[in-house]
Amino acid sequence: MSGPSSPSLSAKAVSARPPGAGWVVLALALAALVALPVVVVAANLAAPTEGVWSHLAETVLGAYVANSLWLMLGVGLGVSVGGVGTAWLVTMCRFPGSRHLEWALLLPMAMPAYVVAYTYTGVLDYAGPVQSSLRALFGWKSARDYWFPEIRSLGGAIWVMSMVLYPYVYMMARAAFLEQSVCVLEAARTLGRSPWRAFAQVALPLARPAVVAGVALALMETLNDFGTVHYFAVDTFTTGIYRTWLGLGQPAAAAQLGAVLMLFVLSLVLAERMSRGAARFHHTTGRYRRLPQLELRRGKALAALAFSTMPLVLGFLMPGSMLAAWVIQGSALSGLGELAGNSLILAGVAGSIAVAVALPLAYAQRLRPSPLVKACVRFASLGYAVPGSVIAVGIMVPLTAMDRFLGGLFLTGTVVALTYAYLVRFLAVSVNAVESSLGKITPSMEAASRTLGAGLGKTLRRVHIPMMRTSLLSAALLVFVDVMKELPATLLMRPFNFDTLATRTFTLASDERLADAAAPALAIVLAGLLPVMLLSRAIARSRPGGEE
Amino acid sequence: MNPMGTDGLVIDAVSHDYGGKEVVREVSLRVGPGELVCLLGPSGCGKTTTLRIAAGLEAPRKGRVFLGGGLVSGDGAHVPPEHRNVGFLFQDYALFPHLDVQGNVEFGLDRLARAERRQRAAAVLEQVGMAAYAGAWPHQLSGGQQQRVALARALAPHPRLMLLDEPFSGLDKRLRDQVRDETLHVLKTSGVATLMVTHDPEEAMFMADRIAVMRAGRVVQMGKPAELYSRPVDAFVASTFGEINVLDAQVAAGAVETAVGPFPAPGLSESQAAGVLIRPEGISLTPAADGEAVVLAGHHLGRSSLVHLRVERAGMAPQHLHARLPGSICPAEGARVRLHVDPAQTFVFPAGGEGA
Repeated sequence: MSGPSSPSLSAKAVSARPPGAGWVVLALALAALVALPVVVVAANLAAPTEGVWSHLAETVLGAYVANSLWLMLGVGLGVSVGGVGTAWLVTMCRFPGSRHLEWALLLPMAMPAYVVAYTYTGVLDYAGPVQSSLRALFGWKSARDYWFPEIRSLGGAIWVMSMVLYPYVYMMARAAFLEQSVCVLEAARTLGRSPWRAFAQVALPLARPAVVAGVALALMETLNDFGTVHYFAVDTFTTGIYRTWLGLGQPAAAAQLGAVLMLFVLSLVLAERMSRGAARFHHTTGRYRRLPQLELRRGKALAALAFSTMPLVLGFLMPGSMLAAWVIQGSALSGLGELAGNSLILAGVAGSIAVAVALPLAYAQRLRPSPLVKACVRFASLGYAVPGSVIAVGIMVPLTAMDRFLGGLFLTGTVVALTYAYLVRFLAVSVNAVESSLGKITPSMEAASRTLGAGLGKTLRRVHIPMMRTSLLSAALLVFVDVMKELPATLLMRPFNFDTLATRTFTLASDERLADAAAPALAIVLAGLLPVMLLSRAIARSRPGGEE
Repeated sequence: MNPMGTDGLVIDAVSHDYGGKEVVREVSLRVGPGELVCLLGPSGCGKTTTLRIAAGLEAPRKGRVFLGGGLVSGDGAHVPPEHRNVGFLFQDYALFPHLDVQGNVEFGLDRLARAERRQRAAAVLEQVGMAAYAGAWPHQLSGGQQQRVALARALAPHPRLMLLDEPFSGLDKRLRDQVRDETLHVLKTSGVATLMVTHDPEEAMFMADRIAVMRAGRVVQMGKPAELYSRPVDAFVASTFGEINVLDAQVAAGAVETAVGPFPAPGLSESQAAGVLIRPEGISLTPAADGEAVVLAGHHLGRSSLVHLRVERAGMAPQHLHARLPGSICPAEGARVRLHVDPAQTFVFPAGGEGA
């Protein structure tokens, strides 16, 4: 420094450090912490496992792969048909009830797949109301007298998951249809296409990237699912990891299974990114033009209504009322309050931490949008694509090593480890929310704050956070609900004798005490309704002038 | 130039680029205490970047910045904006939506005790005529009111330098004139050194003690408004201050011959192509049956009239010229007139200069 410093400037104020360097370092550290389990699992691909791996390969691996693939294929098909079909009908056509279906079709999202699986089993198995009435009606004596589809099967799993996961596709496809220019469709009509052919030849190809993205999300959830496939005794990768770890006591082999599953998912993510292409640059304009809706009458209207209410009934109303019926009939489950308390505290803490970690990541990216920082934010968000069981493995391996080093059980099997797993798994949810809400704040806000004497940290605290308050709350809420529903990681990592609503639902159902499982399950569903309500409100708000 | 010991702002040979694209090149300028300097130029000329460098929102790649005699940028040092004590007035005002008017103005005063803070906020709000709105929220204010609150907020911490980035562009014309006038009074009363960015030459001349005309990252000319108007260094500066007639010509014997007569061309070489720039207000007309020009159209514009002329001269292509006449004298369409060109409002520059 050759120039003299002004007396009014403190020595620490004059620095050669680029602005925001501290935030970048913090973001890098947080990203490394969150990405660690994923790295550990990936590193396990190469680790030796004393023949367990080859044993797995000879015995069950084939079944895991086959079942997982069939499941993905079936669910992929199911959610595509259900999601695109309903999205098209409620967006482009008008029939009795179509306006209400716009938001009601999101409701099944509140249902965890495993809860639906339990209710279906309760309704459809031998002792359930359906078969009992059939027997009474036709005078059959036993199961040998008639054929009835077995719900606890691969097909059943596909059915159940399609019913609760189609809203991902529905949401994305609906947004895509709304964004499409009406003129394109009208041009197709004037060029001699019927409404249906215009849909098939113009609207659907245009919406393809959105549909693929929705299907990819649904498939990630499919691979993450543990409760449904375990209960239906369909052996997939996820149940394999669980069994290899807890049953065979082979965490290393479990980690390798996890690594294979992760490769699977990452290729899915990559395929989704590639197919998305330019769709990332889509933005909705403030103006909304009501789409000319096809007025459906009589037969067609009835068919449309039947098709679009089916997933709502089968994925939400039927399981929901079954749960409610069980709760009303059954005796009060003891300890429900404690379970709810555990779930609420865990989910609340995880939600707050997820937002607290997302803030510096998103802020550093805003201050210094360098490729390094952007990459590290993406990397920290990777956990959303990785199944919970894989994350559990990736956390337990290093934590066990650390405990061995410390000489005791300090970290494994504690609530801290579990919260860490939730953070890794759901950070992407809060990062997305914080990123988008930060993006809406004009850069001159922080320039104004800084020229008024507030540093970067103070600017975040006094300008950005108050302005983003609502978005931060809803980000925490989204994580909160995801944690409430989360099953595989919680099952693997919970402390001894510690139960949440989700794990108790699972264990009760596994013991065939379906009616007892109804109360905790219903509590999860009710909590899950909160973000769905937020979503449908956001949808309603995104189309000003849409209500005529 | 010796920047040491001077108050106000000194920018010394500053260059800056975004991702390899150079937007500010070797810019040097000075804003003295109590002085108001305007950076004037088309969009993308680097004027806003220069302003952000002065605020410390950008660290320049090359050059030095001094504030109040002390080095704040350059030689490996960079004082962040929060330690510079500068006021910044933004194009979009950037009022904090989660704070009321009082809260906005007090934002930069948090080193003061509560009572002092209140007092200072009340004083600046009074100064800009917004004392009655202390409890209002930004979204309840009109554009002009928001601008005044933003000005009060920037002035509240007694900045050593005020930086204004197109502060009136969000206002409609009538309101703009009024707010501009008030802002000038407030700034001059507080005696703070001010650097302001604008693309509007009229606004620059209205506000500035001195104007720096920028083009493509460089300061092309700097001086008092009258100086820039009457002695532009090139065609770009000449055409910056209002619409101007351009005639092509060739230098012969130290002069150029045009359809409206000859003009001296000092400093230009023989047979060089030249551009002759004539301000419309430098042309006056007298009716004459044998005049060299025909009136194509005439429009009364309030304080002046704009007349479209076709100038015909034997051996030369007909030229289209604009003349701006004071008052409401407006010759009839098709009338023949003789032109009188004021040499003080005529400039001869080498042809091919940008902006001409």
